[in-house]
Amino acid sequence: MSDIGFVRTEMLPEQAPPASEVGIIGWMRHNLFDGWFNSALTLLSVYFVYKVLAALVPWILSPTWDAGSLAECREILAGLGREGHYAGACWGVINERWIQLIFGFYPAELYWRPIAAFILLGVALAPVLFSDKVPAKLLVFSALYPFIFPWLLWGGTIWGPISALLGFVIGWLVYSAVDKAMSNLVGIIAGTLAAVIWWLVLSGYFVGAMDTIAAIGIEPVESRKFGGFMLSITIGVVAIACSLPLGIVLALGRQSDLMIVKYLCVGFIEFIRGVPLITLLFVASTLLNIFLPPGTDFDIILRVLIMVTLFASAYMAEVIRGGLAALPRGQYEGADSLGLNYWQSQRLIIMPQALKISIPGIVSTFIGVFKDTTLVSIIGLLDPLGLSNAIRADANWNGIVWELYGFIALLFFAFCFGMSRYSMYLERKLHTGHR
Amino acid sequence: MSQLAVEREIDRSKMTVSDEVAIEIVNMNKWYGAFHVLRDINLTVNQGERIVIAGPSGSGKSTLIRCINALEEHQAGKIVVDGIELTSDLKNIDKIRSEVGMVFQHFNLFPHLTVLENCTLAPIWVRKTPRKEAEERAMHFLEKVKIPEQANKYPGQLSGGQQQRVAIARSLCMMPKIMLFDEPTSALDPEMIKEVLDTMIELAEEGMTMLCVTHEMGFARQVANRVIFMDAGQIVEQNEPEEFFNNPQSERTKLFLSQILGH
Repeated sequence: MSDIGFVRTEMLPEQAPPASEVGIIGWMRHNLFDGWFNSALTLLSVYFVYKVLAALVPWILSPTWDAGSLAECREILAGLGREGHYAGACWGVINERWIQLIFGFYPAELYWRPIAAFILLGVALAPVLFSDKVPAKLLVFSALYPFIFPWLLWGGTIWGPISALLGFVIGWLVYSAVDKAMSNLVGIIAGTLAAVIWWLVLSGYFVGAMDTIAAIGIEPVESRKFGGFMLSITIGVVAIACSLPLGIVLALGRQSDLMIVKYLCVGFIEFIRGVPLITLLFVASTLLNIFLPPGTDFDIILRVLIMVTLFASAYMAEVIRGGLAALPRGQYEGADSLGLNYWQSQRLIIMPQALKISIPGIVSTFIGVFKDTTLVSIIGLLDPLGLSNAIRADANWNGIVWELYGFIALLFFAFCFGMSRYSMYLERKLHTGHR
Repeated sequence: MSQLAVEREIDRSKMTVSDEVAIEIVNMNKWYGAFHVLRDINLTVNQGERIVIAGPSGSGKSTLIRCINALEEHQAGKIVVDGIELTSDLKNIDKIRSEVGMVFQHFNLFPHLTVLENCTLAPIWVRKTPRKEAEERAMHFLEKVKIPEQANKYPGQLSGGQQQRVAIARSLCMMPKIMLFDEPTSALDPEMIKEVLDTMIELAEEGMTMLCVTHEMGFARQVANRVIFMDAGQIVEQNEPEEFFNNPQSERTKLFLSQILGH
């Protein structure tokens, strides 16, 4: 029976892999020519891509940048011997109208304001998006930016945004005073109430009084002059920035043990998700005026912003709820057992993990909201799509379709692709091993 | 399983039971819906006691120690921990939880934080300890559980045994007066059970008040001063380990011991 006994005397060393497993040849064999069926598919795909590009590239490479009208484009192309409907693109329209597609009817001498607003937006976002590369002190600017942004775009007295900021300060002071004297919940309610009272009642007097003392301001721009890609970004950025915190609050509310809070949140989420965004926008543009007291001037863009934000936050809440549900109970218990209170454990333990799990869903919602901003063209706002209709109404450009839509699509794609890549970067960065 | 947990002499010089009461449970009852999980539990734990709670699965032993730091709510009776009665008052509950450390079967480390951050989080936020001091203390306890070199890794990069030792260090960083262990070795490979038991024994040698739900009877024999046997939501038998293992009184205990200790 001694022949079953076996003892290894030396361990086998590691050996280099065969050539078919590594390098470019190995890669191609694995990914492109793995069997006859895959090889056939590869060749077919290459042929398909070739046909698409062969049709598209000549159309795009069309020397019509300086043309002043569609007829002129056709002449240029005919001069080159290119006839027919798809002979070439007419880029003259983009050359002539790209500024309008971006800024709408915003006064040309004030273009520096939206440009500054969006550059500063980048500065404000940097410490939030790249927390490990940008000094955290910049976060102070990020916190102030929501007050700078509307002031730069709409202009007017500087006391408006300062008064809005004061509302938060007052709310916070009341909250911390009441929180110490009484309970946390009462503090939150009292703080919110104080801020709302300030904004709705006292803020108007404050701004009026300060304006008579020191009238500092920049030229106001009316909402109806807003348009183009600037409008899309404004709505998109505000809706994205506000829907995330609102969504978190709604998701937590939906999981709350407090019955009333829970059913309020469930009702809100289910109602908003059950209604198409278009309906909400129509409510914002027409119906809301019926309910408001006559003579109230409630800015149309503000109304749209509120509706889009509410819409996005309902979706956001459900995405985040998915992340919360994916966390094991042990995480809550681990946090509880250390004596962390509800808000501490949410902020330090639960949310960082739930949000990380939800990143793909959150970014999908962001991208969806950003693209949905084009729906405002239906209620008469001149976003890029609305403008493209207006441009086609011009006799010079009547009949232009693909060039405008292509340009708009490219702009949207650049932003959405950027968000998508960022989310992948973030997921990689936050990956901390298994589990 | 009847063998010893560690092959060494236990230093009993600091393992003294004082007269001061750490935990007092009086006529405590708990239901899950209609199911009566804990029935008339009466238990007094003095400071410095090392109690092992054993029993078949579903006997309510985990539920019992989870009631002590209010991870589970009891419906009748009284629980007093370190002089504070557990009521529905959240401030009392948070106070008790910060005095009572807990180690879970599945570690429940926070995977998005490094080992060091896991250990400093609660001292910084609950105890308001300055960060530097919290980090020094965390390193002290990580050295004690013999993994200071892993401080900057994430829990997901450690083995199960290492993770459980981090979990113990994390609890210790809150300087708890009482430690609860809920089957701390049940999710571990046999090779790693020993390193966790070692850590627990060292803790006992320093005089920590401990309540351990465990199937490690060797640990019970060597370290515990009292073994409690539970079945069907009640305490069936409790005794000193020597008596408990060699001379069990109830039939249920005898059956359980014969099954768990083998032949």
